[in-house]
Parts: sequence; C-alpha cells; structure tokens
Amino acid sequence: MAVDLQQQVASALETALSEIAEAADSRALKTVGTAVLGKKSRLTELKARLASVKDPERRKDLGKRVGEALALVAAALAARGEELESSERNARVAGESLDLSEFVEEHRRGHAHIVTQATRRLEDVFIGLGFEVAEGPEVELDFYNFEALNMPQSHPARSEFDTMFIEPKSPRQQPGSVLLRTHTSPVQIRLMQRQKPPIYAVMPGRVFRRDTPDATHMPVFHQIEGLVIDKGITFAHLAGTIEAFTKAFFGADFTSRLRPSYFPFTEPSAEFDIRRRDGAWIELGGCGMVHPNVLRAGGIDPDEFTGFAFGFGIDRMAKERHHVVDLRDMYTNDLRFLRQFS
Amino acid sequence: MKVLLSWLNEFADFGVETETIADRLTTLGLAVDGIDRAGQRIEGVVVAKVLRTEKHPDASKVTRVWVDAGDDEERHVWCGASNMVVGDLVPLATLGTAMPDGRVISQRGILGIDSEGMLCSGVELGLDEDASGLKILPPDLDLGVNVFDALGIESEVVLDLDVTRNRPDCLGHLGVARDLAAALGIPLAERRVARRESAPANPLEVTIQKGTPCSSFAVIVVDGVRITSSPAWIARRLQQSGMRPINNVVDVSNFVNLELNQPNHAYDLRRVGGGFIVRTARQGESIMTLDGVERSLEQEDMVICDGADQPVGIAGIMGGLLSEVSADTTALAVEIAQFDSLVVARTASRLGLRTEASVRFERGVDPHGADRAFDRFVELLRLTCPDLTVRTGVAGAVTADLVPPLRPVPVRTTEISRILGVDVDADSVRRMLEPIGFSVTGAGALLEVGIPSWRPDCAVEVDVVEEFARHFGYDRLGKSVPKSPVYGRLSDTQRRRRLLHEVVLGLGLSEAMPSPFLAPGDLVHCGLKEDDALHLANPLVAEESILRTSLRPGLLKAVVFNQSHRVEGVRLYELGHVYPQGDGELPDEYESLCLIEVGSDAQSAMRWWNEISAALEVGAQLDQDRVPPGFHPSRSATLARGKVPLGAVGEIDPAVLARLGVQGRVACLELNASIVCGETPKVVVAKQISRFPSSDFDLAFLADSTVTASVVTRAIRQAAGSLLEHLRIFDVYRGGDIPADSRSIAFRVRLRAADRTLTDDEVAGIRTKCIEAVASVGGRIRQ
Repeated sequence: MAVDLQQQVASALETALSEIAEAADSRALKTVGTAVLGKKSRLTELKARLASVKDPERRKDLGKRVGEALALVAAALAARGEELESSERNARVAGESLDLSEFVEEHRRGHAHIVTQATRRLEDVFIGLGFEVAEGPEVELDFYNFEALNMPQSHPARSEFDTMFIEPKSPRQQPGSVLLRTHTSPVQIRLMQRQKPPIYAVMPGRVFRRDTPDATHMPVFHQIEGLVIDKGITFAHLAGTIEAFTKAFFGADFTSRLRPSYFPFTEPSAEFDIRRRDGAWIELGGCGMVHPNVLRAGGIDPDEFTGFAFGFGIDRMAKERHHVVDLRDMYTNDLRFLRQFS
Repeated sequence: MKVLLSWLNEFADFGVETETIADRLTTLGLAVDGIDRAGQRIEGVVVAKVLRTEKHPDASKVTRVWVDAGDDEERHVWCGASNMVVGDLVPLATLGTAMPDGRVISQRGILGIDSEGMLCSGVELGLDEDASGLKILPPDLDLGVNVFDALGIESEVVLDLDVTRNRPDCLGHLGVARDLAAALGIPLAERRVARRESAPANPLEVTIQKGTPCSSFAVIVVDGVRITSSPAWIARRLQQSGMRPINNVVDVSNFVNLELNQPNHAYDLRRVGGGFIVRTARQGESIMTLDGVERSLEQEDMVICDGADQPVGIAGIMGGLLSEVSADTTALAVEIAQFDSLVVARTASRLGLRTEASVRFERGVDPHGADRAFDRFVELLRLTCPDLTVRTGVAGAVTADLVPPLRPVPVRTTEISRILGVDVDADSVRRMLEPIGFSVTGAGALLEVGIPSWRPDCAVEVDVVEEFARHFGYDRLGKSVPKSPVYGRLSDTQRRRRLLHEVVLGLGLSEAMPSPFLAPGDLVHCGLKEDDALHLANPLVAEESILRTSLRPGLLKAVVFNQSHRVEGVRLYELGHVYPQGDGELPDEYESLCLIEVGSDAQSAMRWWNEISAALEVGAQLDQDRVPPGFHPSRSATLARGKVPLGAVGEIDPAVLARLGVQGRVACLELNASIVCGETPKVVVAKQISRFPSSDFDLAFLADSTVTASVVTRAIRQAAGSLLEHLRIFDVYRGGDIPADSRSIAFRVRLRAADRTLTDDEVAGIRTKCIEAVASVGGRIRQ
C-alpha cells in the first residue's frame, strides 16, 4: 500500500510535469495548472490519502514526497508560464510593428511673422542691457510726432517725413493736428511725461510714411527706438550702448561707428553704421544726444539730466536676415511665404 | 551736392589721397555717397585714323576697320559701331590696354579673325555719356598720341556729398573746403580779387517794402559785357557739377553759386528801369519765369519788381523771362539778396519749383557774403569780357532783420564736458572752432562764441557743442556702457501678449500683417459699420483711405488671396491695432486679436477661445442672443464681461462670405487683446487635494434647441454646489429616438468632499437636485 502510494506520487508528478511541458500557450497552461495543482488534482488527492497510512515514519516520508512533488509542479508551472508569456509577447510585438516614417499629417503649429520675430529678438537684447519696453498709439497728435520733438509748425524738416494725416472729424478740429505717427519717437515724449528719470527704454512699433511701396519701401513699416535719460549720461554712453547692442545682436565680431548727421530732435546727432565680417560698413540708423528742447517738452530739466536716443528699422533686419528680395513679399500674407519661417 | 576735388584744391592744398579726403568728409558729417572719376587718363588709348572699312560677310552688324595709329602700320580692328567714315580720327585702345571697366584689350577677335585692339565710344573712355557709336575726334590731332593728351583732358574726381539740411554752407565748395581744411589742420586760402569800380555811379535804387521778409538786397551794375560762351574749364566744372553751360553770364552766375553758396541773379540792365522793389505779391499777380511758364502768385509769395513795380522774379526761386540776359545784352544788374527761408520754401513747394537757388535759400544763405560774391562774379566774367567795367557803389537796402556777421552765443566749457564726457577748456574750444570761422572769447569756463553768418544752423549752446564734437572727432569721444539702474524686463501686458502669440501659434494659425488701410466699403462688405472709421486726408490711393476698426476685413482679404492661389489649410491670425473714432481728439485705439480658419466651424472657434481663456486666465460670458456684426446669425456668440464686450466667437456670416467669394465655412474669433493682455490674473491659492474617494455619476438630458447647453450646465453646477469637483459634457446626440429639434446632452459629474467619503444618500440627494434643477430650465432626464 505504502509502496503503491509512493509509486502513485512519482507517477502523478511525472504526468503533471509532462502536461505542463506540453501546454501550448498560456491559456492551456492555466487549465493544466488547475488540473495538476487544483483541489481535484491527483497530487492533492494523494495528499488527502496520507492520513490512512498507519506507520508514522512512513507517513512522514510520504508526506515529504508529496510536498516536494507539489513544489516541483508549482515551480514548473511558473517557469513554463514565464516562458510562454515571453514568447507570446514577442510574437505580439513583432506583429504590431509600425513604420514611423509613414506619419502623414503635417505639423500643426503656426508661423510667427518675421517682423514679430525680429522685434522679439531686438527687445530681448535690450532687456538684457537693462532696458524696459515702452509703447504708444499709432494715431498721434502733431504735438507728439513733431512739435515736442523740436519741430515746431514751420520747421522745414517736417516736409521730409511724408506724413499721412487724418481728416478732421469736425470743422472745429485743426486740419493736420491728428496724423499717423511717422516714427516711434512720439513714444519718447509720452514716456518722459509719465515717468521721471532714470529712463532706459526701447520703443518698437508700427510707423507710417506716404511712400509708394517698392522693393525697399513700404508705407507701413516698423521701427525700434531707444531712449536713455539719467544724470551724467554722455555721448560716450551712446556710442557704448550702440556698440554693446551691435555685438549682442549681430555677433562679437561686428563693430559700430558713429558719424555726424542731423536730426532736429537730437544734438549732437549721428548716423550709426555697423561693420560686417567682410569689412563693409552698413548704415543702420540714427542717434544722438536728446535735444534740450525735447527734454523740456517731456517735462525734464535739461540742466539736471542728459540723455541719448537711437532708432532704426525692424523690417530691414528681418529682410536681410532671411534674404527676402522684395519687402512687399513680407506683407502679401501669402501662406506659402509665411510658412517658410518657424 | 557734387563736389569737384580740383575745385576744393583751389581753397587749400589737400594733396592727399581721394579716399582719405572722402573718409575725412564722412567723419565730419558730410557723407560721401559716391566717388566718380571723370576724364581719368587711360594708358594705351591713342588717336587713330580710319583707312578703310569692310562689312563682315556673315554678320552685318560688325565692321572690320583698318586704322593707322601713326606708326605706318596698318591694323585691323573689329567694330560694332557704324558711325565712322574713312578719314575720321577715332580712339584706339591698343592691345594690353586696361579699360576702366576692368577689361584688358586682347587679341581675341570676332568670328575667328583676330582684332588688333578696340575702337572706343565716349562712354567707354569715361569722356561723355554717348554710347551710340565711336567717339569721333577733332580732325587736327596727331596720330598715335594718347587721346587724353591730344584732347587736353584733365582728370577730375567728383564726390557726391550727402549734405544734411543743417549745413547750407556746404552747398558751396568754399564751405566744404573750410571744414575739410580745419579737419586736416591745413590753412584755408581765401584768395580774393577785388572788383575795380569806376565812374559813373550805380544809378539804381532799391526799396524793400515794409514787412517784406527780405533782410538785405544788393545790386551792382556792370558794363562792357559781351555775351559769348564760357572758357572750357568753367563749362567743364559746371557739367561735372550736373549743370548745363549756357553763356558766359549765366555760367558765371551758376559758378559763383556752386563755389560760394551764394545764389545771385543777373538782369539785363535795360529791363529793370530805375531799380528794384522787393515786396510780397498781390493777389492775382503773375509772372512768366525763365523756364517759360506763367506762374500765378499769391500773397504769401515774395517778388522782385523793377522800378515800375512790375515783377521781374520770384524771390529766391527764379527770375522772370522778360528781364533775362539775351545775345545783345551789354550791361547787367547783378543782384544778391537774403530772403526768408520759410517764405521761399512755401512758395517753391506750392509752385512745385525747386531750383539751385530755392534749395539754398530754404536752408539759409550767408547774408554777409554778397560783396565777396560780387568780386568773384566780376573776376570770372572779365575772363570773357575784358572791357568789363563796374559802376561805383552798391545799390542796396537792409532791414533790421539782418543778422550780424558774428552772432554771440554764451557757451560753458562744463556743458561741453557734461554732454560729451571729455575734459574741455577754453583752449581746446578755440582749437576746434576757430579754424571753421567761429570766434571764441574768454578764458574761463564761460566763453562767448561768435557764430559766423554762413552758419544759420548754429543758434544755441548745444549747437556749438555739436560743432566741437564734429571737429574733435566722434570716434575720440569714447565708448562706455551706462550702468542701467532699471530692471530690464517686459511688462506683464507685454509678457501676456507674447504668451497670446504662442498659444495661437500652437493652435496652428500663422501670423499675417495685412495693411491697416481699407477701401471705402470694405467694412460694410464684412458686415461692419463704417461711420466710426477715421479717414486719411491724403491717402496714397483711394483704396487705402480708411483706417481699420476691425482686423477682420484685412484677414478676409488675405483669405481670398490665398484661396485664389489655391493654398490649402488657410489658418491666419493677426494681433494689431484698430482705430475706431472716440470722443477725444485721438481715436479709441486698442489692440485686437483675430483668428480665422477656412473650412472650419464655430466649434473650432470655441476651442480656440477655450485654449486662450485657459492659458491667459480670462473668462467671459457667452451670449448667443447677441449676434456680433458680420458673424453667422445662428452660429456665433458675443463674449462679454457684464457690459464690457470682450469679443466675438463663431463663424463668419455666409452673406459676407458670398460677397467675398469665399468657399466653405470660416471660423472666427475676435478678442480685445488690450483687455485680455492687460489683466492681471489673481494668484491661485493652492487647494488641499482630498484623500477621500470621489463619487461619479452620469446624467443625460433631453433638451430642445432653445435650451442651450450652457443653461443646463449652469443649472447642474448650481444644484451640485460645493461638493462638485468636475463637470463636463461627454456626449451630444441627435437623431434615433430623439425628437427632431431636440437633442440629448450627457454629463459626467464627479463629487468629492475634502473631509469624508460621501454617503450613498448624499450622492443620491445631489443627483435628484441636479435633475430637478435641469427640469426647471426645460431639460428632461433620460432614463
């Protein structure tokens, strides 16, 4: 009987192991698992019969054998389970291969206008130099655009601005008193009126001239203007700021120079040029020490404070950076053009 | 302003390289825009005689020319010109000649036959502008001699100066030479030959009528004039300065103007009567000017009249035809005057008549330069009129407005230092300013600087500071970066504007920049009103005469443009100013944002709004009862916060699209970006995240189309109260067993308490309250 039991445990173990080995997939293995380890399995049944063995030594020995058999089966099940799962996952992964280059949708993100991009780059450089950014209206009063900038009513330089005027809205309004600003300089006056020195600010924005559009001129374009007013500001600070900007914006191997020029709102006035890597001087913009009359118009005492201002076109920066041939291309709003620039 | 180097050299010995002179002028503020080398001798170009010609058998436009260059050798040259005949003398560029355009003449001929040189046109040699054929030389030249030697051509360097409007003195060679000599530290040779006067006396009388803006008027009378042509050197200088030689008198007049910046006018003495009267014009008066045009004058103009009060010239602009010098003129009245710059500018501008004289008077002419200019006029005219005599005395008049030869301006050396940042004393001021004709008196910190009368631009202390800086050298003033005490950064509004750009770009729209000018009718076409738009008084074209009050018309034009070019996926936005009229002097200008997508519907526009609203933390009520103008009547809503409109969302009105010829639906979102970016959102206070589980349930309601989802949502939100954590619509269903004109809206509700797990009873109670609340606004629960 005992020998018989011993043989039965051995044979049940052998059967179970072979069934486990033969299970074809995880689902079949699950069924096998129930069959070989479940309540109704052969080994469980044999375990139950141990109680009938009288000889304690013998019972103990058999019990140990059944226990070992059950552990072996469990281990085989786990091992086989892992083996099957792994091969099944591999097969599934192989079957779901995806060619990522089949991706057909175009990117969705839009494109910022190159003038906006150039404005941001310029603003960022000046912010780094300790400047704030100031703004003002595009439709302006004669006072801010001319009068306060040392260009009184009869000043001959006014005629050079090709100003576009707004029709008076009532017969009481003086013709020509409201206009489209011809430069960003009116923001200087507005800034001085609302903020006492020290002033370190740049003023980007849209400006207007009565110019027929061509490859290098638009009636609507963009400028950035800088204004510094503080105690002890000198011409050297103007030249140093232009130089610092040149290197920060264009690159450390660019340099700048100032040469005398004339603007009604600055004195001494200068044009500033930058020298490219190839040695050529490029005219960039105008600058100078703020004229005492301009400081006075802004409510600042010229005996206490001095200042400098500078300004140049933004559109040209964008045009040259991207080698745009014709300025008008930047304003046709053709998506085929706009989409070139990210 | 064209400046001739040989002319400058008459005032000082500038014997330095042209490039050095050009650089120096540029650093003085007289920017050299171009350097033109005229009449530069070309080695190897000789006089040759045409012996015979032969047409090429295969190329009718090419002629084979045999020439003799004086060495008894017959050379043949291929030539494309045909204006020469046998016996003509022509310029021959011999083999090896380096031409001004960089070519080197080689043997390489035409059509397989070598050429022994090249025959040249005037333009190829830089002699004239004629490119129509060969330069035919005068017949009496020696063969084989360099053409430039044979013609006696002197080379000239012509500098094209960009003279800023504050430097009228540099519209004459003298002024340029004065600045340049000072900069180079060499003396200015003020050579002057006094005119000899002789009896009889100048018989003319001059009257400046009271109140006339003419501060000085002077006339001399010369006899013994013979009208002829000018000496070649005078004619050449005028030509190189861009003027046409006419006759000796007119040429001398122009020459003096170009040399001394002193406009002057020569009248035939027979035509001026007893003298001149300077006065303002009378209404209805007119004059035929030298160019043969009858000009009607107005009271703002100033005229020069003869003794009989008949106009003989428009002051400072142009003389009259009747008093012009003619072939039989023998005596002249030569006038030099000082006219008010604004009056001349106004008249020249109204008449559209800008002359060499008006350009100078507009900027300012030396009021004390007449005497010197008379001397030069007489000196030069005597070259062609050896019998010329000058009557004694200058007839003239001056008014109290005449400025003194030196105007005193107090200047503090400390002020120069304060602005320029360099140490300055009286000596250095003197060193910089005296060479340009300024006087400097005093020795301490307070100086008196005398401004010469040829510098009308200098009037106050800071003008003198600039003169000092120019001659000190801008490049010697140093470069240093000021230490900004300001914290450099964007304002909150500017940061939010950049964020707005980024959000919209992320939504897939590209930035457009349409013109802010609209044509009359554009706004109305887009369903907007036009009566609050500003009009330009002087538009470039009528189609650009209205200032936009909305970004939509411009973007819709861009849409039409792109559709007509078959561009797909048109999604555009603009962030820019609009200018509706307001109550004040200036319009109620503000920044607007407009997004447009072709082939997309109102739900896209709502998605944009949701994204922007979330990113910029701005909210608004959606009011679909208020159809925004130009939007789809049943697929749009006004966004508002109480009474303040914030924008519009939905689709463009199909009627607008039909008018513009746009195909498909067009989603649109318009926002007042000044408000959106100008807000400062409250700082969010962190909530404690609840540790307790949520209770979730779904509710589906039937609601007919008059009951909006937002009304149902609001009802649920209010009913669920403070325990509501999240509410969203997860399905909207039409059709099937749902009655037409109605739809099912399904909500997912998540409740949670911060301090406990909700009981089933609590959840069931809230659910019931939600159902009742929705029922009260007209929605029935679906079971």
